[in-house]
Amino acid sequence: MTQIYAYITFANGVAEDVALEYPSAAKKIDEGATVTAVVTGSGADLDKVAGDLTATYAEVIKVDNADMAYPNAEVVRKALVNILPSDAIVLVPHNTFGMDLAPGLSVKMDSSYAADIVDFEGIDGTVLKMVRQELGGAVSTHVTTDISAGAVVTVRPGAFAPVEGAAAGGSVTDKSGDAGDLASKRKFLEVVEAEVGDVDITKSDVLVSIGRGIEDEDNIEVAEELAEAMGAVVSCSRPIVDAKWLEKSRQVGTSGQTVKPKVYMAMGISGSFQHMGGIKGNPYIVAVNKNPKAPIFQVADLGIVEDILDFMPELTEAINDL
Amino acid sequence: MTSIIGPASFKFFGVFPAAILSFILPIIGIGLFTYIMARRIAPLVRANPDNRFDQIGGRIKNLILVWLGQIRQPRYMLAGVLHIFIFAGFLILSIRSTSLVIIGFKDGFVLPGFSGVIGDVYNFLKDYAATFVLIACIIAAIRRGIMKPKRYAVPEKYGKDHTAEAVFVLGIISTLMISESLFEASELAYEFQHTGQEHFLAPLSLVWIFKVLLASAPQNILQGLHVFTYFVHDLAFFFFLCFLPMGKHFHVITSIFNVFFMRVKKGNIKPVMHGVSDEGLDDLESFGVKKLEDFTWKHMLDFYSCADCGRCSDQCPANAVGRPLSPRFITIKARDLIFKNYPMSGEIYKSKMLVEDIYTEDEIWSCTTCGACEEECPLGIEYIDKMVDLRRGMVDEGMVPQSLQKPLKALEKRGNPYGKMEKKRADWAKDKEFKANYEIKDLAKDEADTLYFVDSITSYDDNIQEIARRTSIILEKSGVDFGILGKLEKDSGNEVIRFGEEMLYQDLKEQNTAAIEDCGVKQIVTADPHAYNALKNDYKGLPPVKHISQVVAEKITKGEVTLKSCLDPDKVYCYHDPCYLGRHNGIYDDPRNALDAINGLTRVELEKSRDRSFCCGGGGLMLFYEPEEETRMGVLRVNMAAEAGANVIVTACPFCLVNMQDAIKVAGKEGEMEALDFTELIEQHLE
Amino acid sequence: MEILVCVKRVPDTAENEFELNSDGNDLDRDDLVYSVNEWDNYAVEEAIQIVDNVGGSVTVITVGDDESEEVLRREMAMGANNGILLTDDDFEGSDGKGIATILKAEIEKGNYDLIMTGAQADEGAGQVGGMIAAMMDLPYASLVNKIETGDGKITVGREIEGGNQEMNEIELPCVVSIQTGINEPRYVGIRGIRKVASVEIPEKGASDIGVDAAAVGEAGAKTKRIDYFVPDLGDGAEMLEGSTEEIITALIEKLKAKGGL
Repeated sequence: MTQIYAYITFANGVAEDVALEYPSAAKKIDEGATVTAVVTGSGADLDKVAGDLTATYAEVIKVDNADMAYPNAEVVRKALVNILPSDAIVLVPHNTFGMDLAPGLSVKMDSSYAADIVDFEGIDGTVLKMVRQELGGAVSTHVTTDISAGAVVTVRPGAFAPVEGAAAGGSVTDKSGDAGDLASKRKFLEVVEAEVGDVDITKSDVLVSIGRGIEDEDNIEVAEELAEAMGAVVSCSRPIVDAKWLEKSRQVGTSGQTVKPKVYMAMGISGSFQHMGGIKGNPYIVAVNKNPKAPIFQVADLGIVEDILDFMPELTEAINDL
Repeated sequence: MTSIIGPASFKFFGVFPAAILSFILPIIGIGLFTYIMARRIAPLVRANPDNRFDQIGGRIKNLILVWLGQIRQPRYMLAGVLHIFIFAGFLILSIRSTSLVIIGFKDGFVLPGFSGVIGDVYNFLKDYAATFVLIACIIAAIRRGIMKPKRYAVPEKYGKDHTAEAVFVLGIISTLMISESLFEASELAYEFQHTGQEHFLAPLSLVWIFKVLLASAPQNILQGLHVFTYFVHDLAFFFFLCFLPMGKHFHVITSIFNVFFMRVKKGNIKPVMHGVSDEGLDDLESFGVKKLEDFTWKHMLDFYSCADCGRCSDQCPANAVGRPLSPRFITIKARDLIFKNYPMSGEIYKSKMLVEDIYTEDEIWSCTTCGACEEECPLGIEYIDKMVDLRRGMVDEGMVPQSLQKPLKALEKRGNPYGKMEKKRADWAKDKEFKANYEIKDLAKDEADTLYFVDSITSYDDNIQEIARRTSIILEKSGVDFGILGKLEKDSGNEVIRFGEEMLYQDLKEQNTAAIEDCGVKQIVTADPHAYNALKNDYKGLPPVKHISQVVAEKITKGEVTLKSCLDPDKVYCYHDPCYLGRHNGIYDDPRNALDAINGLTRVELEKSRDRSFCCGGGGLMLFYEPEEETRMGVLRVNMAAEAGANVIVTACPFCLVNMQDAIKVAGKEGEMEALDFTELIEQHLE
Repeated sequence: MEILVCVKRVPDTAENEFELNSDGNDLDRDDLVYSVNEWDNYAVEEAIQIVDNVGGSVTVITVGDDESEEVLRREMAMGANNGILLTDDDFEGSDGKGIATILKAEIEKGNYDLIMTGAQADEGAGQVGGMIAAMMDLPYASLVNKIETGDGKITVGREIEGGNQEMNEIELPCVVSIQTGINEPRYVGIRGIRKVASVEIPEKGASDIGVDAAAVGEAGAKTKRIDYFVPDLGDGAEMLEGSTEEIITALIEKLKAKGGL
C-alpha cells in the first residue's frame, strides 16, 4: 500500500479544485493508495480549509505558522521537509505556487522529481510510470521515475476527474510544532492586482472567440452572453479589432495574444494560420462556421456547420437551462 | 540733361557714388553665399558614399524631362502650372538679373550677344516672364495664405506651420519682379518725356503697365525711382540668394543637381554601403543609417532639396490610413536636424541615434515600400532606400518589433515566414483534383526550360495556393515546359531586404541562386510580383524573369492562347496595379491587355491607377507587422473600386489578393464585391 | 552585478510541425529546427538590461552537445559577455536534477550575484532553477516578470494566477526563473551571430568542474522519458451533424467532458 501526501493550496479559505482531483490521481498511481492531505498557512482560513478537507481525506495534516500567512515557497518547503517522511511520495499542484515549491522540495527531500503530470500508469516495482505533454502539447511522453527514495510530482490541475460527494470523515493532525526553523531570505511584499476591466484573455481557460462571422458590432452581445453562460471570456480574430469592435488586447493570433485555454470556441473564424498561431497548449477547439470549407475545420477538434448568429443564442439558452 | 542717370553714375546727395554700393553689395552677397554654401556642404562631405555618376544617359534624360521639362508638375494641375511659370520665369530672368548686377557699376551694360535682335526678343520674353511670375506669385500666395490646401498643413506633432516662410518668399520674388520692372519703366518713361521716342514694349506686361502709369511723373521722381528700385532689386536679389539655403527654397539651387543624381534604375535597393561588395559585408562595423552622417550624400541632398510641397505624403497610403508616417516629414525632420547640427557658425553637434531622436520605430516600420512618394516627387527625392537604410540600422541594433521577429526567425530556420516545413513547400500541387490532371515537374530531379518560382505565400497559404495551381494550368495550356524547385525554393526575400535584414536576404538569395543555377532553366516565370521584383532587380545573373501576366499577354498576341467570352458579362471589372508590378517594374499594360482580350468583359479604370495606384497594405513581412492605423489601406482601395462602379477587383499579386479579400469583409462589402487574382480570371477563360 | 543565465537548446515550437518517427516512439528529428528556449531568451534580455543599468557582466551557460554552442553564440550576439559550454559524454541522459547538479558545480566556481533561468521550456519541467537554488541554499523565485535592483537585494514580481503579480524582496545572491513578457527581447540576425563567431567559448567536462560522473547523466537519472506518442486526435474536426437541437445536446456533452462548462 502506497502512502501519498497531497499538498493542497487554497485561497480565501477555500481549497483549490485540485484537492478533489488528487484522490483520482492517487488511485491511478496505486489503486490501494492512502492519501494524506497537507495544508500549510495560518489562522482561521487554514482551520477552515483543513476542516473542509476531512470530507475528502481520512487524514489531514495542518501546519500553522504566522510566517506562512502568505504562502512563501521557501518557508513551506522547510516546513514540509521537517514534517514529511523522507521517502514520501508528494503530490503538488502544477500551478504558480507548485512551480515555486516543488523542484526545491525534491532536492531537500533527496527524492526524485516529475512535473506537470497529466496521467499516471501505475507503479512497477519502484518505478512510477506517468504521462506528460511536451512541445506545446504537440506530443505526449511516457516518463518514469524511481520512487524508492520518495518522489515529488506536480500534477496538472484539471487533468484528473474530481471526486464528488466524498464523505471520508477524516481528522486533522496539527504538526505546527514540527515545522522547525522557517527563516527565509525571500520576503513577501504584496500582491499587485491585475487592472480592473482589462480582460486578460491569456488567463482564461475557456474562450469564446469571434471572427468575421459576427458580421456586425451589435452582434458581439450575443457572443458575450454565450461567454457568460460558459464562464468564459470573449476573444476575437484580427478583423474584429480592425473594425474597432473589440480592443486589441482581445485579439488572438501571431499579431495578437498567445492564448493557452482548455477550450477554444472558434465562432465564425475561418482559421488563418496567423490566427491559429496564437493558440497554444493544444486546447479543445470547437469550430462553428457556416462555410463547410472553412480551414478552421482542419484544425478544430469538433466542427459544426451553422450560422453563429443563429447558433450562439440557442446554445446560450441550452446552457442556461442546464 | 538728356537721359536718366543710371546707378553706375548716380551720386547720392550729389557726392557719394552709388557705383561703390552696387559694387560692394554683390561682393558681400556672393561672399556670404559662398560661406553659407560651404557650411551646407559640410555634412555632405561627412556623409556615406553614393554612386551617382553612372547611367549618365538616363541622368541627362531625367534632367531634361523632370527638371527642365517639369513633367511631374502638372500631376497637381494648378500648383504645377503655377510652378512651371515661376520656374520658366526664373530661368529667363536669371540672365537679366546677372546683367543688372553689372549695370550697377557699368552703365548700359549688355551681356555679350544680347545687343541686337536677340536682345530685343529676350527683353520681350523677360518682360512677360516677370509679369507671369508676379501673377503666379500672387495666385500662389492666395492659395497658400487664404485657400490653404490640405496637403500643406503641418500636423502638430511635426512642428509649426510653414505658410509664413512660403508667403515671405513669394513676397521677395514679387519684389524682384516689381523692382526690376519699375527700374526699366522709370528709365523708359523718363526717356519718352525727353525725346518723345517710344520703345516697343510687350503689351500689358508689367513694364508696359508701369510705363503707362509713370508717363507723366515728374522727372526727379523718375530719377529717384530708377536708382531706388535698382538697389531694392539688388538687395532683394542677394538677400534671396543667401536666404535660399536656409529653408525649403534651397531647392531653387539644388534641384538641378538633385534631379541629375536621382534614382534611374527602379525596383532595386541600394547596397548596404556603396563600394562594398556582398562578400565584404561581414567586415563592416555597422549597418544602415543610425546617425545623421550615415545617410549618403545624395540622401542628404534630398533633404536640402525638399520643397515641402507635400505631394509625397498626399500620395502615401500609410499617411492616408493614419499610420505614424508622412514621407514629407521624414525629409523635413532630417533637414531641420542638419540645420541644427550644422549651424551657420560655431561647433558642429554630434548626431544621436535618429530613431529615438527625430524618428520613431513605428514610423520607419510603417512604410510598405510602395513607391508612390518617389513616383510623385518633382525633385526626385528618394524614400525607399532611406527607409531600408534606417531599418538596417534598427535591425543591427536589435530594434525589431516582436511581431516581425517571429517571421524573420522562421525565414532563417525554414526559408519561409510562416515556419512551415520545407518539405511541404510543394504541397499545393497535391490537391486531389489538381493532381489527377496535372503533374508538376520537380527541377531537383527533372528538366525543363522554364522555372515557375512560386514563393512563400503562394506555396503555404491555403487560400492563395489556388494561384499556384491556376498559374500551372495556364503555363501548361500555353505550352510552356516548366517545373518548380520544390523544397529547394526559399523565400525570394523581397521584403527581407526591404525590412533591413540584409544578411538574411543574402542567405536566401544565395540559396535560391544556387538552386536556380543548378536546374539550368532558360527563363523564370512567377505570379508573385514581389518575387518577380527581387529576382529581376535585387538578384544578379539569373535567367530572364517574367511575370505571368507578361507571358499571357505575349501568348495572346502570338495567338498561342485564346480566351473565351466573358463568363460573367454582367460584372464590372477593374484592375488594381500591384506596386511591385506597376510602379517598380512598369508593367501596366500586359495585364490590362490580357483582360481586354476577354470578349465582353466590362473593365473600368480606377482613378488612382497605373503609377498612381494605391497600395493594398503591403506584402511579405508587412502582413505580420501591426501598425497603428485608423483604417486599412485595403478598405480605402475597395471603396475606390466601389466608387468607380466596379464589383470585381482583379489584381495580379497574392498579397494584394489577401489584403483585398480581407478589406472587402472589413468594409462590409461581402456579396457586393469580390477580389480575384489575374491567374484565376484568365484560367477560367482559357479555351 | 555578475549575472549567470542558464540557457537550453530546444526544438522550436513555432517553426516545427512535430511528427513521430516510423517506430512511433520518438520525434521525427530529421526535419526539426532548434533554437534557444524562448523563456531563456527573455532571461538573457533581462540580464543585459540590468547590466546596462547597474554595470557588471552577463554569462550564458548551457549543458549540451557541440550543437548547443549555437544557442550560446546567439545569446552572446544579443549582448551576453561570456559563454560557457558544459559538455561531456557522461552528461548525456541527465534528468533535471542531473542538469542542476552539473550547473551547480560550475556556478560554485564563479562569483555570481544573480542566477537566472527561463521559467520553463516547451519540453522541460520548469525545474532546474528551483533545484539549483535548493542545492546551493540560495533564495529562489519562479515565474518572475519584473525585476528591480536594489542594494544587496532585488525586488521581483512573480506572475501568479488571475494576471496578478506577487511582489517579493530577495537577498542576493539568488536564483530567479524568468517568465515571458518581462521585456521585449532584441532581435538577433545572422550578422550578429557572425560577429561573435570567433569569440572563444570554453568547454568544460565532468572532471573540469568536479562532478561525479555517476551522479549525473543516464546513470544518475531517476526520472526518464521513455517514449513519445501522439494522443489520438484524428484527422480534421469531428463534424457534428443533425438538427441544431441534436448538435447542441452533443456539443454540451463534449464541452462538459473537456472542461468548457
